Amino acid sequence: MINSNLLTVRDLKKYFDTRAGFLKKPAPVHAVDGVNLNVGQKDVLGLVGESGCGKSTLGRSILRLIEPTSGEIIFDGEDMMKVDNRRLRALRRKMQIIFQDPFSSLNPRKRVIDTVGEPFIIYGMAKGKALKERVVSILEKVGLSSDSLYRYPHEFSGGQRQRIGIARALAVEPVFIVADEPLSALDVSIQAQIINLLQELQTSLGISFLFISHDLKVVRHFSERVTVMYLGIIVETGKTEDIFTNPQHPYTEALLTAIPMPDPSTKRKKIILAGDVPNPAQIPPGCRFHPRCPKRIEPCDKIRPKTTDLGGGHSVECHLRG
Amino acid sequence: MRIELNRKESLLRQAISGLRHHRWGWIALWFILFLLLATIFAGFLSPYDPYEQNRTKSYHPPVRIHLIDEDGLHWPFIYNYYLVDPIFKRYEPDRTKKYNIGLFVKDSTYHLFGLIPCNIHLFGVDSPARVFLLGSDLHGRDILSRLLYGGRVSLSISLVGVFLSFILGLIMGGIAGYFGGWVDNFLMRFGEIIMSIPGIYLLLGLRAIFPTSLSSVEIYLLIVVVLSFIGWAGLARVIRGMVLSIKEREFVQAARAIGSGHMRIIIRHVLPNTLSYTIIALTLSVPGFIISESALSFLSLGIQEPYPSWGNMLTAAQSVRVLTTAPWILIPGLFISITIICFNFLGDGLRDALDPRFKE
Repeated sequence: MINSNLLTVRDLKKYFDTRAGFLKKPAPVHAVDGVNLNVGQKDVLGLVGESGCGKSTLGRSILRLIEPTSGEIIFDGEDMMKVDNRRLRALRRKMQIIFQDPFSSLNPRKRVIDTVGEPFIIYGMAKGKALKERVVSILEKVGLSSDSLYRYPHEFSGGQRQRIGIARALAVEPVFIVADEPLSALDVSIQAQIINLLQELQTSLGISFLFISHDLKVVRHFSERVTVMYLGIIVETGKTEDIFTNPQHPYTEALLTAIPMPDPSTKRKKIILAGDVPNPAQIPPGCRFHPRCPKRIEPCDKIRPKTTDLGGGHSVECHLRG
Repeated sequence: MRIELNRKESLLRQAISGLRHHRWGWIALWFILFLLLATIFAGFLSPYDPYEQNRTKSYHPPVRIHLIDEDGLHWPFIYNYYLVDPIFKRYEPDRTKKYNIGLFVKDSTYHLFGLIPCNIHLFGVDSPARVFLLGSDLHGRDILSRLLYGGRVSLSISLVGVFLSFILGLIMGGIAGYFGGWVDNFLMRFGEIIMSIPGIYLLLGLRAIFPTSLSSVEIYLLIVVVLSFIGWAGLARVIRGMVLSIKEREFVQAARAIGSGHMRIIIRHVLPNTLSYTIIALTLSVPGFIISESALSFLSLGIQEPYPSWGNMLTAAQSVRVLTTAPWILIPGLFISITIICFNFLGDGLRDALDPRFKE
């Protein structure tokens, strides 16, 4: 664990109510179902998992952009769940989010200077010429020139738009950023540029990241620690190298063998998981992963495994290691 | 519902360049602009004061303008008409004296833009002849002059009414869609109640709440308010639907993350993205307002005599006898129709130009 904790999330839950039919009982979707995680100062925590496992919901719940059902979000010593709206706005200045889709994350009717400069206006930090100077300096940080100031989002490429999104997040000088799959909508060559930019910013500005992705290569490159999510819960957390070289949970193992190798002649046993992710409205009993698990043992379908601490910040929720 | 993401130019330029390709929309735009200018300069363009009565020239037919006399080509002139049959309002020209149509003649005083007193009219003739281009009504008032002044009333009521209901619709729809829950339910059900009452009864009912003896300005304002009170609901419903989809877009979440308040998000981020649709809806709802104003005035519940509006000018056309002896009394109806058709064409053209769902 690095330094003191900046963010501690305890038993965070987010259920979405759905109603299957007019007279049927509502079946809540357990998108996030009791998640614990820590992010330290200047830390980068990678959050990986399949589509629909609740990664994005978790990221947004932490910022309370989605109102969590229950749990604690302790950020910088304050519980985000207990503060009033005024305080929440003040806390949000320290935590920002970068979105996946650079096309829907920018208001198409606003120029770059209006988008990036909006926080300065809201908080009365700068206006007129000073505002322009500050926006220009942020744009320089993300590698955009000052002639993009008065242009609209549609005039930019996907990578440039993502840079604008990053610039907007940086404008309030946050200490923590949730990066919600910031690369998955971009071309591979652009992905490298953006990940390098994020890395540069992380080291130069000392910002902590919760880096959500399903691209394990990128997570390995960028994160110091990795946490693996499956169907609304965390199944394994640890230092990046530990997770990648010594995965403990069968799900993590399966994820890792899915990484494409640069050399196709390398022979490797792929673990192909049977079936799809279960419906989060009908969570399997016992271990959530048991219907798909290749190493299933006796108690898996009845008893939910407890989290086991393997030392060195490595923990796993599995009967095999319990 | 996908709202356009790739704007290549500003909304106005997009609208204009799109309209150019839509022939009828383009013509309609020019006609509406022409009509608006004509009503703004009603005082200058109309030969007479719209309230000036002339008992000896009741239901005077449109005059014939002559260009040729016995010597050949002549400056345009008219004859004075005199009444030959007071029962059937038959007029005969007096061919003994020619009255040349003069340009920039001095006649009754009017106020340009409501401020500058002025008495120069574009055209006119010497007394006692009267240049009734579109005839006269029961009291011998010039229909052209009343048409121009009445257009000022009818068009401005419609445009101001549309504008007000547009603002109301944006606010109501924006709030309902953005906040959802019971706010949404309350506002939308309220709107539906208004929409479920047949328009004319609602108009009459609302009009009946207020005293009948109001000054013309009060009546004018009252009609505007009544019309926009009825008109906002339809727009609000559609705006709500669009807001529901826009508020889920990530830039709205980003705005919340950087600390924008709800009102700022609604006004700065959500509503501007409904703009192209609202402009179309706005244009297409103008005809309804024109009709409603005319209907109210036709039923003598709107603009009161002697003040002209297109609707109350048609009140005179209620009797068949008048219609057969003086069909020119229907000309305001013609203008109502043409104006409505033009707004519909303009709305269609704007939709083709601005709505991405109608684009190839």
